[in-house]
Amino acid sequence: MAAVQETVDRVRQIDVDQYRYGFETLIESEKAPKGLSEDIVRFISAKKNEPDWMLQWRLEAYRRWLTMVEPTWARVDYPKIDFQDLYYYAAPKPKKTVGSLDEIDPEILKTYEKLGIPLREVAILEGVEPRPGEPDTPSRKIAVDAVFDSVSVATTFQAELKKAGVIFMPISEAIKHHPELVQKYLGSVVPTSDNFYATLNSAVFSDGSFVYVPPGVRCPMELSTYFRINERNTGQFERTLIIADKGSYVSYLEGCTAPQRDENQLHAAVVELVAMDDAEIKYSTVQNWYPGNSEGKGGIYNFVTKRGDCRGANSKISWTQVETGSAITWKYPSCILRGDNSRGEFYSIAISNGYQQVDSGTKMIHLGKNTSSRIISKGIAAGKSQNTYRGLVTAHRKATGARNFTACDSLLIGDQCGAHTVPYIEAKNASALFEHEATTSKISEDVLFYCIQRGLSQEEAVGLVVNGFVKDVLQQLPMEFAVEAQKLISISLEGSVG
Amino acid sequence: MAALLEVKDLQVSVADREILHGLTLTVNEGEVHAIMGPNGSGKSTLSHVIAGKPGYEVTGGQILFKGEDLLEMEPNERAAKGVFLAFQYPVEIPGVATMNFLRTALNAQRKARGEDELSTPDFLKRVREVSGSLGIPQEMLKRGVNVGFSGGEKKRNEVLQMALFQPSLCILDEMDSGLDIDALRIASEGVNALRAPNRSMVVITHYQRLLDYIVPDVVHVMSKGKVVRSGGKELALELEANGYAQYQEAAA
Ligand SMILES: Nc1ncnc2c1ncn2[C@@H]1O[C@H](COP(=O)(O)OP(=O)(O)OP(=O)(O)O)[C@@H](O)[C@H]1O
Ligand SMILES: [Mg+2]
Repeated sequence: MAAVQETVDRVRQIDVDQYRYGFETLIESEKAPKGLSEDIVRFISAKKNEPDWMLQWRLEAYRRWLTMVEPTWARVDYPKIDFQDLYYYAAPKPKKTVGSLDEIDPEILKTYEKLGIPLREVAILEGVEPRPGEPDTPSRKIAVDAVFDSVSVATTFQAELKKAGVIFMPISEAIKHHPELVQKYLGSVVPTSDNFYATLNSAVFSDGSFVYVPPGVRCPMELSTYFRINERNTGQFERTLIIADKGSYVSYLEGCTAPQRDENQLHAAVVELVAMDDAEIKYSTVQNWYPGNSEGKGGIYNFVTKRGDCRGANSKISWTQVETGSAITWKYPSCILRGDNSRGEFYSIAISNGYQQVDSGTKMIHLGKNTSSRIISKGIAAGKSQNTYRGLVTAHRKATGARNFTACDSLLIGDQCGAHTVPYIEAKNASALFEHEATTSKISEDVLFYCIQRGLSQEEAVGLVVNGFVKDVLQQLPMEFAVEAQKLISISLEGSVG
Repeated sequence: MAALLEVKDLQVSVADREILHGLTLTVNEGEVHAIMGPNGSGKSTLSHVIAGKPGYEVTGGQILFKGEDLLEMEPNERAAKGVFLAFQYPVEIPGVATMNFLRTALNAQRKARGEDELSTPDFLKRVREVSGSLGIPQEMLKRGVNVGFSGGEKKRNEVLQMALFQPSLCILDEMDSGLDIDALRIASEGVNALRAPNRSMVVITHYQRLLDYIVPDVVHVMSKGKVVRSGGKELALELEANGYAQYQEAAA
C-alpha cells in the first residue's frame, strides 16, 4: 500500500486532533514529592541505589544549576517555567527488577503495543510492500529499550547483544554494573556545567540508555530507545550515553511520544556520543512528542542537548532527526570533530504546524586536521508556526583543511507561518572551506493542483510534495524509521492547507 | 448518442475579469473534439474550469458530466470519475519518483471508485506496457515527476498517465507543443489507441498538423471566451489557410 494512502487512513482514525499517541495509561505510579531541592536529588539517587560518586556528581550539578539562568537567545516564546511546580521522578508501581516481560505491568505492555513498539523479541517485518523496482526488504531485528516516565521498563535482545560484546542497558543499570565506563565517559561530552537544561538534567536524570560497543565490533542489530512520558506534571530527563570504541559501528534509533494534556510538560534530555578511532555512530531520532492542540494549548517543551565527540582519528558521527512534535523545540545535535579526518553529519527534517515553535539546528566544531562536515536541513512551516534553523560551523586555528557543506531549505505552507535561517560561520584557519546554501519557497498551488487532478486529495497532495521535499534526509534513516517518518510527516501536516 | 460533457452558457471570471462569456459545448461519448483559437481566447481557462482548478469564479452557466453537475464535485472526485487534463505546462515535483506518483494517483482514483488497489506486479506490468508503447524508458520513471524532463518528455508523461488511468474524458491542452516530429507521431498514436466508444477527447491545439494524426469528429473555433463556430474536420484546414481574423470580429 502506498504510504500516502495509508497515512490518510490513519488520519481518519484520529479524532479531533491529529495526534495519535495522545492516550494516557492508567497505572499507579510512585513519585517524588513536587519541586526540586538537594533532598529530591538525593531521593532520586537513592531510588536508583546509586553509588556515592554518582550522587556527588548529581549534587555538584544541582548546585551549579542554582547559579544559572535560562537561555533566552532562541526564537521561541513561552511563559516562565516554575521549576518548583514539577515532579522530577515518577516510576510505574510496583517497582521491582524486571527479569522477563511477564513481570511488566500489563498496562505498560499494552501501551507499547498501542504505540507499535515491539517489546517481545521478534524480528520486525517491514510493514509495507516493497516499492516498485526495489527488492523485498528482509526482516530485521531491533533491540529496544523502553523508558516509561523516569524508568526503563524493558530492554530486549540483551543476551544476543552480550554475545557480540555489546552492552545495551538502562543507564541506571550501567551505573551499577559498569561504573568504570560510566565514570569515564559520563559528562565527558556534555559537561555538567554545559548549559541550563543540561545541568538540570545532570542533577535529576532518571533513566535512559547506555551503549558500549567494544573495539572492532559491528553491532549486530539496530539499537533503539523508546521514550514515553505518561505522568502529569512530570518532567522527563533522560540521559543517553553511547560509546563506540575503536573501529566499531552502531546505529541507534530514538522515538518518543506523550499523552495529550492541556498543560505543558518539560522534557530536558542529554545525549552524549563518543566515537573513538575509526568508529562510527549513526543516531536517528523521530521526535513526536505531543505538539499541543490546534489552539496552541498544551504540548511538550523539548529542551535537549545532544552532542557527539569524534574523539578518535577517522571517526564519524551522523545525526538524523525528524522533528514533528513538541510545542517548543530547542535542540542542536552537534559534533565535535576532534580526531584528524573525522566527519560529522546532520540531516534534519523539522516540521511545525499549529502554534508550534521550532528552533533547531546543529553545531559542527572543527578541531582536528582534514575534518569534514555536512548539514542538510529541511524546515517545513505550516499553520501559525515558527520554524528556525540555527547552525554554527567553526574551524579552530589548528583545523587545517576543514570542510563544511550546508544546505538549508525551507518550505512554507500557507501565509501565517514563518521560516528563518540563522547560520553562524567562524573560520580561524585560512584553509577552511565552508559552503552554505539556503532556499525558502512556498508550496506551489500549481503543483498541488497537478496532484489533485490526478486523483489525490488536498492532504495527500501536500503529503506527497512534502515527502518529496524531504527525501534527501529520509533516505538517511533506517528503512523502518523512514516508512514511519513518512507517515508521520503527512499526519503532522493534516489540516495545514485550505 | 449520449452526451458525456455538456458545457452550457458558461461564464468564468479570474480576478474580477470575465474570461469566458457564455460558452456552450457538447461532447458526446466516443467523440473527439478539437478546439482551436487565438492566444488568450480562453482555451486553457475552459480546461482548468472543467478540471476544477481553484482561482476561477464561475459566475453563470453549468457543466454536466455524465449528466451530473461537475461544478459540485471536488477536483479529485472529478479525476476519479474520469476527467483527465493533460496540462499545457506540466509541473515538476522534486523528490517524488514518477513511478511512486503514478501508483499513488492510480490507487487514489481506484479507491475513490470503491475498487481494490492494484497489486505491485499488476501495476508494474501495466506501467511497462504503456511506457513501452510510448517509448518512455524505465529509467525516466525513477526520476522525480517531470524533473529535468525535456519539453517533449513532459508531454509524453502526460499521455502515459492518460493511458494508465483510462479516463472517460481526456482534455489535451496543446499536447503537440514542444514535441518533435517523431515524438508527436508516437504520442498521437498513444492517444489514438485510447479512442473508444465510451471515451471522449477534447484536443486543444493551434496546429492542423496534430489533427492529421488525431482526426477530430468536430472542430470548434474559440474566440474571446466563446465558441464562435463549429464544424467538421475540414474547418481546421480552413483556419490554417485563413487565420482567425473573421472570428475575432464576430466575437467582439
Ligand atoms: N490567473 C489569471 N489571472 C489573470 N488573467 C488570467 C489568468 N488566467 C488566465 N487569464 C487571462 O485569461 C485569458 C485567457 O487565457 P487562457 O490561458 O485561457 O488562453 P488560451 O486560449 O489557453 O491561450 P494560449 O493559446 O496562449 O494557450 C488571457 O487573457 C489570460 O491573460
Ligand atoms: Mg492555453
